[in-house]
Parts: sequence; structure tokens; C-alpha cells
Amino acid sequence: MIDFHLILDKLPAFLGGADGQPLLSTSDGIVMTLQLLGASLLLGMLLAIPLALGRVSKNRLLSGSVWLYTYVFRGTPLLVQLFIIYYGLSQFDAVRDSWMWQYLQDAWFCAILAFTLNTAAYTTEIIAGQIRTTHWGEIEAARAMGMSKWLMMRRIVIPSALRRALPAYSNEVIMMMQSTAVAGLVTLADITGVARRIYSDTYMAFEPFLVAGAIYLALTFLFVWLFKQAEQRWLAYLAPRKH
Amino acid sequence: MFLHGYLPSILDGAVLTLKLAAAALAVSVVLGLIGAMFKMAPSKALRTLAELYSTVVRGVPDLVWMFLLFFGVQMLLNDAATAMGWAAPDIDPFIAGVLTLGFIFGAYMTETFRGAIMAVPKGQMEAGAAYGMGPLRIFLRITFPQMVRFALPSFTNNWLVLVKSTALVSVIGLNDVMYRADAAKSNTQEPFTVYMLVALIFLVITSVSNILLGMLERRYSTGLKENGL
Repeated sequence: MIDFHLILDKLPAFLGGADGQPLLSTSDGIVMTLQLLGASLLLGMLLAIPLALGRVSKNRLLSGSVWLYTYVFRGTPLLVQLFIIYYGLSQFDAVRDSWMWQYLQDAWFCAILAFTLNTAAYTTEIIAGQIRTTHWGEIEAARAMGMSKWLMMRRIVIPSALRRALPAYSNEVIMMMQSTAVAGLVTLADITGVARRIYSDTYMAFEPFLVAGAIYLALTFLFVWLFKQAEQRWLAYLAPRKH
Repeated sequence: MFLHGYLPSILDGAVLTLKLAAAALAVSVVLGLIGAMFKMAPSKALRTLAELYSTVVRGVPDLVWMFLLFFGVQMLLNDAATAMGWAAPDIDPFIAGVLTLGFIFGAYMTETFRGAIMAVPKGQMEAGAAYGMGPLRIFLRITFPQMVRFALPSFTNNWLVLVKSTALVSVIGLNDVMYRADAAKSNTQEPFTVYMLVALIFLVITSVSNILLGMLERRYSTGLKENGL
């Protein structure tokens, strides 16, 4: 009942080679998914580090506003956030008449914006949690060396918190990789988008989504393996003693 | 008039979303308990089956599962029915949504319950057996009340992710809050207001869930000695 010819025939479409074109002639499929993921993770991390410092700040107004941001973004579905940005903002003439409009009418840009804001919210909480549990001895040592607050943050607290955040962050990366599938719902041709296109072209549902699922599963295993390597590299000092 | 009278329609959709999430939760809890028991079963075949279930399901996005199960399984059923000379079966989208979400989150619940059951000291179950209790009674009277405390934090998290995942079911044609929002968006030309309202509805659901499950967590931690930190 499963049409293997269709699967083999359409496989290149997931690597940017639809309709007999050479592979990677477009960024459709896996490349698009990895692009969306990579861009939003990078930008999300750049946002999350300063936000995490704000989140643990003693200034109530600052930590409260960061909390509100992470609370709202963690409490609503990513799809709704994406729709607010992609469909919602066009409601305002001021947005449509501004220079931003050329970006905000582009699904690719909107997806990266929504994914960035979403993953930054989760990452902020992960890093803030690790900053809070920094060992007091590390802080005391930094102070004893005469470090200023910012030097201590930059050299001691943040590097140490980022290392310890790795296990939780690997979950976030895998969740985010899977969440990028909603990009297929705003016309983008990521892995899910390509599968939907094959579905609407051929009226075959099982095969394209089976392939898409297998690709996501393979990517998940790849990320699990990569993070395991990273933990061995950067978290080895926390591993249980072997002898 | 606010949203040209579309507010009741969207709220109706929200009620359906909540019903769907609650029903899917029930399915996922049952599947999760079965999965956890299989994972700890003496039989290697059952353990492998449960391992496969929890790994494969958690490695594929929920949106892809919805397409795969709803469209794919429907087509396979149609093919099978045609081959047998029967009429093509009609799948109710609500039931399909419940089963799909329940199937996905059953995998997450499997991990939650497995961890929680393992956290209950084995001697507790042995004591139950020494009193002559059967396996079911041991589970209901001894294991379950003690595992709830260990399961609740991860259970809460799974529930919140499940609620947010229900936003995707409009792709399989359910009349949920996102579906209603789409209609309201097209007819009112106020997409921002519509989707902000939807976001607010989800925020209320997740906030109320957090409060209620937090209360339950305190209830089930009664008598627990704290470390004083």
C-alpha cells in the first residue's frame, strides 16, 4: 500500500532538487529547516544572555519585565506568535507604510523573528536558572581576585552558567528543531512544507509525511549525538568519577 | 462592535480546544502508564516496543504526526476499505485529534511515569506484596499515591506543551479556536486583534493550569521533609 516509487521519486525534493533539478538548486527542505533553526538559535542566544542577566538582576522593574516577556512567550503557542507577526502586524497602516514592511511581509523573515523571540524566552529562563545556582565559592573567588561585577559576569558567571545549561539547552534545541515545522503553515518550503507540497500535488499523504518524519527523526538523533559530544567536551568536570 | 461579533465564535472554539486537550490528556495518561509498565516489564519484547514508541514519537514534530496520522491513516483506511469492497469510513476530526494528540503525548507521559515509578522505593511495593496485595492493588494503593509527587512537575510541563500543541489541530479541519480565528481574521480585517485574543485565551489556560497543578503539587508533597534551603 505504500508507494516506494513515489518515495524515491520525491526524495530529492527534500534536498532542494524538485522536478529533476540538481540537488541543492534551491534551499527547499532540509536546508530551509536548518537555516530557520540556525538563525533563530543564534539570534535567540544573543538575546537570551543579556536577558538572563536582567532576569536575575536585583532591580525589580528589570527582572519583572524580563519575566513578563518569558512568561507570555512560554505560555502561548508558537503558531499563534507566528500568526501575530505574519498576519497580525499588517492590520496597522503605520507598519505597512514603514521601512519594516518589506521584511514583515516576507514569511521567511517573520518565521525567524517569531522563532527567535520564542527560543530566546525559553533560553533566558534556562540560563537564568543556571546563573542563580552558580556555586558561591566561584563568586567569592572572583571577588577575592578583585574583579569588578561585569568582569566577574563575563569571565566567571556566564561561562560557567552556559556550560551547566548544556543539558537543558539540548532539549530546547531539539524542541525548537521540531517546532520549525510550523513554518510549513506559512507557505515556507521547509521539510514539512515540501511534504505538504507533495501531498497537494499527488494526493498521497502517507509517503511524503513518512519521509518528513524520518528526516526529523534522523536530525533529532544527530542533535542528541552532537550535544553528547559537547557535554563530554565542556561538562566533563561534572561527570561522576569513573575510578 | 468588538471584532464584529466574532468574539462568541472564538470563545466557542476555545471551549472545543479545551475539551480536545482534556480528552487527549486522558488518552495520553493511559498510554503513558501502559508505556511505563512496558518499559519496566521483564519481557524484552515489551521493553523494546515501549522504547521504540517513546523514542520515535518524541523524535518527530507533532505537526508531522498530525498530517501523517490524520491524512495518511485515513488514506490507508480508504484503500483498505475499497480493496475489501466496503464504503470508505468517515473519521470524526474531533476523535482523530484526540487520538493523535493522545498518541503523541502518551510517549512523553511514558517517560514521566517511568521516572516517577522508579523514584518510589522498591521496598514499598515489596511490603504491599508481603501483605498479600495483588499487583493492581499495590499499584493503586501504594505506588500511585507516592509516584504522583515525582510525576507532577513533568506532568505539568507535558500538559502545558499539549495545550499549546492543540493550536495545530485546525490543520486537520477541527472547528477549534485557531480555525475560528482564521474565519474571523478573513472577515474582520483585524488579524492582530484576533490573534492577540487567541494568545490571551491560551495564556489564561496555561496560567490557570499552572496555579491548579501547583496546588496539587503542594497537596501531594504533604509531610515531605524539606531540605531547608
